[in-house]
Amino acid sequence: MAESHGGAKSPAARAHTEAEGGHGGGFPPFESSTYASQLVWLAIFFVALYVIVSKLALPRVGGAIEARQNKIEGDLAEAQKLRDQSDAALKAYEGELASARSRAQAIGNESRDKANAQTEAERKILEEQLAAKLAEAEKTIASTRTTAMSNVRGIAADAAGSIVQQLTGVVPDAASVNAAVDASLKG
Amino acid sequence: MKIDPIHQFNIEPLFTIGHIGNQTIAFTNSSLYMLVAVAIISILMLASGTQLVPGRFQSVAEISYEFVASTIRSTAGAEGMKFFPLIFSLFMFICVSNLVGIIPYTFTISSHLIVTAALALLVFFTVLIYGVAKNGLKFFSIFVPHGVPGYILPLVMFIEILSFFLRPVSHSVRLFANMLAGHIALKVFAGFVAMLGFSLGALGWFGGVLPLALTVALYALEILVAFLQAYVFAILTCIYLNDAIHPGH
Repeated sequence: MAESHGGAKSPAARAHTEAEGGHGGGFPPFESSTYASQLVWLAIFFVALYVIVSKLALPRVGGAIEARQNKIEGDLAEAQKLRDQSDAALKAYEGELASARSRAQAIGNESRDKANAQTEAERKILEEQLAAKLAEAEKTIASTRTTAMSNVRGIAADAAGSIVQQLTGVVPDAASVNAAVDASLKG
Repeated sequence: MKIDPIHQFNIEPLFTIGHIGNQTIAFTNSSLYMLVAVAIISILMLASGTQLVPGRFQSVAEISYEFVASTIRSTAGAEGMKFFPLIFSLFMFICVSNLVGIIPYTFTISSHLIVTAALALLVFFTVLIYGVAKNGLKFFSIFVPHGVPGYILPLVMFIEILSFFLRPVSHSVRLFANMLAGHIALKVFAGFVAMLGFSLGALGWFGGVLPLALTVALYALEILVAFLQAYVFAILTCIYLNDAIHPGH
């Protein structure tokens, strides 16, 4: 666009200047007498610029950009490191917590079991004692009863002998009385 | 009031420093603006601080650096970074001198064909010498495109060779013509404003509004063109260097 614009303009401009004749001495860009000066100074300044740019400017600005890049990367790495550290700390804390919790549970279980075992043992002892006492009491009851029963027989036999004597006036012999009493007791 | 749109391109010797043969070597207004461009670039790139968080000035320096670097990487690949100082110098020199040249009463270095031709020939010979030094005769395979039928190959090769040797011409004339034409157009339209005002009185002052608006619009366009032509010059340099680096394509 701009180029075609330029192409259309410059010949016209040239014609215009040439029409003016010797006034300005022609079209400046085509004045060959100025070429040497322009080339010499262009060479001097462009070489100077190239040296400044390649030796000073680009290393300087590039260094600043690179330093920033390194700084950003370093900071990101540092942040990542700190994050890893805090993650590890959190994990350690959680592990510690879990182990403490399981230890507490173990201690609780142990003490409960111990208490249970003790209670059980005490109960057993108590039961044994009670059983022994019961057995003893039963024995006493049984012996008392036997004694009582034998006393009852003796009393019954005496009573029977007395009754028979009263009725018959005959003293019955002890053996038959006893037999009769036993028979009635059995019956 | 006479409009002389060519006057702004005059080379005025400031002082003479010597003679080569029958040629006078003078420090001219052109040389002065070359010095100005080099000074501005040096100040921008060297005085702009190297802080971690860049200020405005440093940002401009870094944006120029990154802009040229990414242009080279995208057109000539990572190997093209060898020519980073050259392309950066070309781009900044043309861009800064064009932008300085757009200020009224200043001189535009690149409005002289001899200057743009010298820069274009510098690029041309860099491509030619580096291409041959790096690739030997394989460099000339850029003249033989792939997949062209044998019977039209001589014609295609002729066109390729011709276009290769015409590169410095188009490379230099593009920049020169754009700058020249832009400045002439600006001068002509700005001149209309003054001419109308001087010749038609009060009516002319009103009539001058239209060319004034055009001048403002053209000025904006010329600022864009000043940057764009520097960019075009730099990117064409990258494309030509890409041929020297990768002649297979």
